[in-house]
Amino acid sequence: MSSTELILKQAPPTTTADPSAGRAIWRRLWRLKWGLGATLAMVIIVVVTILAPWVTPHDPIAVDIRHRLVPPAWMAKGTANHLLGTDQVGRDLLSRVIYGGRVSLVVGVAAVLISATIGVLLGLAAGYFGQSTDWTIMTLVNVMLTFPFVLLALAVIAVLGPSVLNMIIVLGVADWPLYARVIRAETLSIRERDFVVAGRALGMSHGRLIFRQILPNLVSAIVVIATLQVARVIILESFLSFLGLGVQPPTPAWGNMLGEGRVYMLNSWWIAAFPGLAIFVTTLSINLMGNALRDWLDPHLKL
Amino acid sequence: MKRYVSRQLVQLVIVIVGISILSFGILHVIGDPVLLLLPQNAGREEFERYRKLLGLDQPLWIQYWKFASKAARGDFGKSWYADTPAFTLVLERMPPTIYLTLAGLGVALLLAFPLGIAAALNRHSFIDNLCTMIAVAGQAMPLFWLGIMLIIILAVQLRVLPASGYGTWQHFVMPSFCLGAFLAPVTMRLVRSGIIEVMSMEYIKTARAKGVGEWLVVVKHAFRNACIPVITVLGIQFGQLLGGAIITETVFAWPGVATLTVESIRNQDFPVVQCAVVLLALIIVVVNLLVDLIVGVIDPRIRVGG
Repeated sequence: MSSTELILKQAPPTTTADPSAGRAIWRRLWRLKWGLGATLAMVIIVVVTILAPWVTPHDPIAVDIRHRLVPPAWMAKGTANHLLGTDQVGRDLLSRVIYGGRVSLVVGVAAVLISATIGVLLGLAAGYFGQSTDWTIMTLVNVMLTFPFVLLALAVIAVLGPSVLNMIIVLGVADWPLYARVIRAETLSIRERDFVVAGRALGMSHGRLIFRQILPNLVSAIVVIATLQVARVIILESFLSFLGLGVQPPTPAWGNMLGEGRVYMLNSWWIAAFPGLAIFVTTLSINLMGNALRDWLDPHLKL
Repeated sequence: MKRYVSRQLVQLVIVIVGISILSFGILHVIGDPVLLLLPQNAGREEFERYRKLLGLDQPLWIQYWKFASKAARGDFGKSWYADTPAFTLVLERMPPTIYLTLAGLGVALLLAFPLGIAAALNRHSFIDNLCTMIAVAGQAMPLFWLGIMLIIILAVQLRVLPASGYGTWQHFVMPSFCLGAFLAPVTMRLVRSGIIEVMSMEYIKTARAKGVGEWLVVVKHAFRNACIPVITVLGIQFGQLLGGAIITETVFAWPGVATLTVESIRNQDFPVVQCAVVLLALIIVVVNLLVDLIVGVIDPRIRVGG
């Protein structure tokens, strides 16, 4: 990174006489506060799911038919032994929700790693080389963006068959166009900056220019998109599992718990309610974290 | 204008070809139709015989050409399950999906416009912050969970609405609200930023200076100009909307294309899956094109750029 670039990146926001500037700073702090809270929530969620074998009160797949459909502890027939109640075959819901987080987080992070790699590489290529490379990649992006993500995932899973690995592959391979589009646009502008032009004049290779000169400037954009995409992938993974096309029972996942709970929602609402609440809290935390990251790293990033 | 339209049409053709390759590739390159069609204990000769019978021993590009030329005439083959043409099956299920999508879009606009305008006119106020919070929460809400919670509360506990199905206007309430809530956050943000941008324009100052009432300024001057980005992005997001409709349909057992697709996936009925995928994608592409053209008519600047 050249020195001008450093100065540009770290230049303080120009303060004008705008009377709303003070309020804007407060607003930024306010949003950052939410982001910090969300980060804390995420840390707790991740730690609890990693420590699942030690913190869960029961075995998540241990069937206990005598205690089936027990309501949550605060309801009339609830017991302290099963804080969130039990499901249709007497498995402890709290334990299942905690274990279910493992699948969602692993799938979310793994799929995002795949899609970010594909998307960033293609976006860099399209933005840097331009011309026919650009045209081909952007046409592909347009085709992929036209296709509803859900539909594509459904169709591919239908052919490959449902499994965790297939889901990671499908979500990873289907989700790259967003990265490609943003990275391409950023690359187009960075390519014309002085330090890249100078590098080219010095005879640097394409690889060196792309990966050593341009890519480091895109890290914050990539981090922000990837964070937000983890939430999207988690929701999609849950939906596929909810339809029975993702994680297969008895392995607990938030999606398939919701799907099973749907059958019993007439009398036992808690089976469907808690896994969904877990998805909501997790994706909300990730989104807030992502928004805060954007405000902090790259406020001008347009997604 | 002519050049703009022809450029859009060329892009349309490219995208349609891309979609056909994609949907062909999913079944024929990633998967193996014979493997999916025959029982696992079928002999080797049996596999080879079927492969010949279905023309799968020919080179891929010939297979693709056959698929594409048939598909162009609306022939996606017979359903492996129901023994009727896949195209007819999918077409029958299309109206409910379209109605649901339109209803969801309507709900989204009804939620997004008043809230977005209120937020834009009272920036950093309580209303604005509340709208931001609703938007953030709405974006994190899994659509299918929202649907199930609505069913539990409104259909099971309060018994005011039917839990699922199709027919009367009551059946429309929950699914269209769900879908609307899915789309509203993005739309609301667009309306908000659009109005904020427009309100600082010179012509708004002019209108005010002329003594036009604040209400009229917002409705006649700001609103119309803030609509353009909303229409554009809604056009681009139409695929997302249809994706949301797919999720909503499966939750409420809505007899649309998505439910058919999921059923067909469970039955391994690939002609139907393929047909549904291609038709849905086609609808999206055509809507995108129409939106582009409409925006091009409303705002001549767009024709020149982009």
